[in-house]
Amino acid sequence: MEIFEADVLIIGAGGAGLRAAIAATLADPSLTIALASKVLPMRSHTVAAEGGSAGVIQAHDSLENHFNDTVHGGDWLCEQDVVEYFVSQATPELIQLEHWGCPWSRKPDGEINVRAFGGMKIERTWFAADRSGFHILHTLFQTSTKYPQIKRFDEAFCLDLLVADGRAQGAVLLSPSTGAFTTILARSVILATGGAGRVFRQNTNGGIVTGDGMALAYRHGVPLRDMEFVQYHPTCMPGSGILFSEACRGEGGYLVNKDGYRYLQDYGLGPVTTTPRNKTMELGPRDRLSQAFWQEERKGRTLTTPNGESAVHLDLRHLGLAKLKERLPLIRGLAMEFMGIDPADTPIPVRPAVHYTMGGIITDIQTATPLAGLFAAGECSSVGIHGANRLGSNSLGELTVFGRVAGEQAVKFAKEAPAVVANKLVDQAKAAAAKAVALRDQKGGGERHSVLRKEMAATMERGCGIYRLGTEMQETCDKLAELKQRAKAITLDDHSDVWNTDWLAAIELGYQLDVAQAMAHSALERKESRGAHQRLDGFEKRDDDKYLAHSLAHYRGDGPPEISYGPVKITKSQPGTRAYGALGEQLEKDGTHA
Amino acid sequence: MPDPAKRELRILRYQPGVDAAPAFGTFWVENAENLSVLEALQSIKDTLDGSLAFRWSCRMAVCGSCGMMINGAPKLACSTLLRDLPPGPVTVEPLNNFPIERDLVISVGGFVKKIESIYPYIIPKEPRTIAQGPYLQTPAQLAAYESFSDCINCMLCYAACPQFGENPDFIGPGAMALLQRYNGDSRDAGRQKRLDAIHGEDGVWSCTAVGICSEVCPKSVDPANAVNQNKTNSAFDFFLRFLRKE
Repeated sequence: MEIFEADVLIIGAGGAGLRAAIAATLADPSLTIALASKVLPMRSHTVAAEGGSAGVIQAHDSLENHFNDTVHGGDWLCEQDVVEYFVSQATPELIQLEHWGCPWSRKPDGEINVRAFGGMKIERTWFAADRSGFHILHTLFQTSTKYPQIKRFDEAFCLDLLVADGRAQGAVLLSPSTGAFTTILARSVILATGGAGRVFRQNTNGGIVTGDGMALAYRHGVPLRDMEFVQYHPTCMPGSGILFSEACRGEGGYLVNKDGYRYLQDYGLGPVTTTPRNKTMELGPRDRLSQAFWQEERKGRTLTTPNGESAVHLDLRHLGLAKLKERLPLIRGLAMEFMGIDPADTPIPVRPAVHYTMGGIITDIQTATPLAGLFAAGECSSVGIHGANRLGSNSLGELTVFGRVAGEQAVKFAKEAPAVVANKLVDQAKAAAAKAVALRDQKGGGERHSVLRKEMAATMERGCGIYRLGTEMQETCDKLAELKQRAKAITLDDHSDVWNTDWLAAIELGYQLDVAQAMAHSALERKESRGAHQRLDGFEKRDDDKYLAHSLAHYRGDGPPEISYGPVKITKSQPGTRAYGALGEQLEKDGTHA
Repeated sequence: MPDPAKRELRILRYQPGVDAAPAFGTFWVENAENLSVLEALQSIKDTLDGSLAFRWSCRMAVCGSCGMMINGAPKLACSTLLRDLPPGPVTVEPLNNFPIERDLVISVGGFVKKIESIYPYIIPKEPRTIAQGPYLQTPAQLAAYESFSDCINCMLCYAACPQFGENPDFIGPGAMALLQRYNGDSRDAGRQKRLDAIHGEDGVWSCTAVGICSEVCPKSVDPANAVNQNKTNSAFDFFLRFLRKE
């Protein structure tokens, strides 16, 4: 087995991983930074983010406003000291991206332009048309090529972390193109592997979003925090789940039911206005909008698409062709290519789909996990800014703010850490490789993993959807336990070495099942409704006495995870009524919250 | 009458060390009316033959993973719908002009090296600190390079380029578009360095102006325009040097 010695190893080369790599090499150019990704960096799922990245820039806005919007949006389950740091660093990071060439959209005078976004009081979302994540990712990737100290391992699949003496010291990688294994030894390790939305059926995520890093940290004893909070994005393509950006509504799009009625006014989001009004109607937060869809569906006021999905209409016609071409070209292209609809003259059928995992690998404000030497940043992590519901355009900022912190902290740790214990680690790597090979070669006419994946996605959608019931969540927990057993006996069609994607998908399924279990059990145990976790079985209210607390899922091997709770850091904002629309405005005026 | 819900896919298969040469395999896909080619391949992999190898991820024509030859033309499999293809069998092959690693998976390393070779990052005219804030860039200045920045690195243009087919060292349309993206950026001063990188025999002059790269581009990046602009720039640059030497 080939062995590569690095100072810092970063797993995942999307927005967070690339930002971490650049920060690490700038922090100490003498170090070797290994950057491994299971895909080419520009394929990472950051590429699919559309709407933009929040950072206070207008004179009449303030960091306090961004803080309050984020904490209210998260239903007070945020780490407030972390949110405070995040909002203070978001704009500097956006400026850094600008200096590196990110083609932010501009005002006529050449200044940065910003757009409105859901749950944000003032317009502060920087955007590059509706390809913001794409441009951030390509800017970071291209900028990273300036630094020869960043040694990339493109298309290298991570099988396991290497942990010795209570400290993360590397990882073992599998190269799909050769079937060969590589051990990376490093004095610190950053996980930047993204989310896990593919455990659900209808989702906006790319095929690679399988929770790999979450599962790896979890299996090594690091708790996954707040995993029950899974975001449904309200405007997605029925069937495939492909995303239609919140920017559609930021630019003024309407959501209407089958009768052409702007139904959000029935769910505490009014008053109705023709032009966008912040934190009102279509500019409400994602959890509330997805819940309103569910209610409309129950009332029989949704449409049915030809493929049998329920939908409402996203109406962009009044924006006009010129604005669609300038501000939402990707959205228009998706509607035209995939649905044969030009949004300039026809409303787009949309529905909620799983989009984002608010929870993840627990870290402190410096991105350190409880496992020494292991850091995490981006969607795979739970640094604490999103709480029970993430606001749109806070995740791209998270990638750069905490990607940078992770890079700097991992360098600091690496420089102080003793040398790696090579022999022990290489033995671990060999054992992990042998286990993977055993799965690949397993005989016995077992099931295909694709069957299990479909059952997993269906049970997650049923039990852990927009609204939840204890009985259904229990069924999902039971089903996942069954699937974990069945997964042990699968047989692959492909037993070869080169580009055996059958094999990779089987390993990913293992990661997904562990992450799904953490989600379902965390959801079952939270007997209240908060943010994206809404129950209909007697726990319809938020319960701050019992559940103003982070859930922590602890891995217990074959058994179900153990769920415990940790404190929430409240600094400036005491939990209050979370309201939008007219009531939200009234409460804010009264000083009842904010 | 053929069942419109069933489609035949003829897929080029190749497993190194096992197959002497690539050969077509035939699969029938059920309920195919509303499927993309990518979804048809996924259905085959999930239910008929798990060993079929292809790259994919985003499903929405932005990650650039799933380029392949569909009925002989370079396309993204995710945004090519079966119902938009003529009736009858659909042929699916790996992208032309690249070594096949397995089935529909081609080697991408050479392309990545080309991108890296043209200094694909801002070399600032006037370095700024974060405290100094963003550079000013008017919408017109943005428009000068914006379309070139939309390249998703899907490599369809390389599969279409006859010159790249003959000479794998040719810098090629995608990397030229990226070069023009930075050369056209008002914040950048790296133009000369990049032009030097494409003066050689594998550089911009290898292009024979077929223009098919722009035709196959799924993102209207117009790499042919980038190549032409750089021919002009490169010629101008060469001429200036000649004068300087005199």
